[in-house]
Amino acid sequence: MDPIIIIGAGQAGVQIAETLRQEHYSGPILLLGAEAHGPYNRPPLSKKWLLEHHDPAQLAIRSIEAIRRREIDLRLNCEVVAIEPARQCVRLADGQSLPYAGLALTTGARVRMLPGPPLRGVFGVRTLDDAQALAAAFEQCLARSAPLVVIGGGFIGLEVAATARKRGLEVTVLEGLGRLMSRVVAPIVSEAAARVHRAHGVQLKFDVQVEGLVGRDGQVSAVRTAGGVEYPAGCVVVGIGVIPEDRLAAAAGLACERGIIVDACARTSDPKIVAAGDCTARRLADGTLLRLESVHNAIEQGKSAAAALLGRERPFTATPWFWSDQYDVKLQMVGLSHGYDQIITRGDLQKPAFSAFYYRNGRLIAVDSLSRIGDHMLARKLLDNGISPLPAKAADPAFELASLLKASGP
Amino acid sequence: MPRVICTDVSGHCTALEIPPGWSVMQSAVDRSIEGIEGLCGGMLACATCHCYVDPQWIARLPAPSAEELQMLENVAAERRAGSRLSCQIFVDQSLDGLPIQVPDRQL
Repeated sequence: MDPIIIIGAGQAGVQIAETLRQEHYSGPILLLGAEAHGPYNRPPLSKKWLLEHHDPAQLAIRSIEAIRRREIDLRLNCEVVAIEPARQCVRLADGQSLPYAGLALTTGARVRMLPGPPLRGVFGVRTLDDAQALAAAFEQCLARSAPLVVIGGGFIGLEVAATARKRGLEVTVLEGLGRLMSRVVAPIVSEAAARVHRAHGVQLKFDVQVEGLVGRDGQVSAVRTAGGVEYPAGCVVVGIGVIPEDRLAAAAGLACERGIIVDACARTSDPKIVAAGDCTARRLADGTLLRLESVHNAIEQGKSAAAALLGRERPFTATPWFWSDQYDVKLQMVGLSHGYDQIITRGDLQKPAFSAFYYRNGRLIAVDSLSRIGDHMLARKLLDNGISPLPAKAADPAFELASLLKASGP
Repeated sequence: MPRVICTDVSGHCTALEIPPGWSVMQSAVDRSIEGIEGLCGGMLACATCHCYVDPQWIARLPAPSAEELQMLENVAAERRAGSRLSCQIFVDQSLDGLPIQVPDRQL
């Protein structure tokens, strides 16, 4: 019996393998990981883990023993060089050809880096190796009193900036647009985040176009921006987004467009191949493509993908959610705010401890919460149940949002 | 190592050995206990490692933080007197044998 092969041993890949077993699939499963490490959690890499240098074992999504116990054949350091859909096999870098009964692509994404020759001291933050190298670079910068320059004021960049400030580094963030996290959150949230970072001593520079990196003896020494300004840097973190890893799929002829195109059930254009997680672009009912880079998406799409491999339909329809930690501010987001036409705030904007409720055509579509955990948890339930509080009620601090859930019943 | 006795959704019982410095959630996901998700890796952001601590034992644990209490207010499964987030439970030898139960859903 040919195995189900899963390419990519991250969050989505592990989820597919485990869901297959939970759904009583008893055939062979091959889980191929490109890295030397077993499956691990990536979110802490730019946050707590970077500061505290925990034991890598504590990052594990599952222990390798637990994976083996479920008769999942995990292979590390395993690079796939091609997929041959016509022959239903994958080719490995070592020349092996592995036949599959079903194939899952969970290849993730790679960090978008700046063009130009590689320099030491320039980091993306995606892998455990990246984080370990960056943690070491932080110590070198501290020893030399050299600053960190972060390129990109998005989640990863800001999390790294916060962590570096906690460690005592001097930090400058260079953002190409006019505000922080601008692709995801409303200006009011950006402004609150900017206040927090400034209060912690981060230099924020907006509307800055990075032209390139300046190096000395192969080591980065500064970031050069349009207009000729140079920001001295002991190390540089590039946080300008990721590129979905769809090269194998595209070369195999699968439909791709900034990601492997999948439907709500995680099926690709090939009936034997599914895909899940950061590598995908999901086709929505209205024909548009949605890219989500989050753990929640990897898990839910992974469950859909496992079902699809077993010939079942389990569409992923749950409201997406995300989180970010910056200093002691917990930013939690649920829903997609794109296209909102009204925004209501609840809580204390100055502290900051508030939530932004996004509405489109009078209906609630998303909620961003800064250190308002209760609002976030409630908002997940409201959105999942299609409950839309009236904007005036959302804004009224005396109004108990939870009463809406009780009224509708469980 | 202290052990936590974990009953999963299908009634299956596992004795989880908790290494020093590990949370109950970390040990549970490490052992692949069905029904403990721990999506956020213990960052107190997702509430998908909800568990029920045996009511007889609950008072022996350090009280939950304000943040944990807020997350517990709207967990996916029913909230009970023993509801805790297992990423916030750290045990020592004095809590050896702590019984916990996995709720029917986390999402």
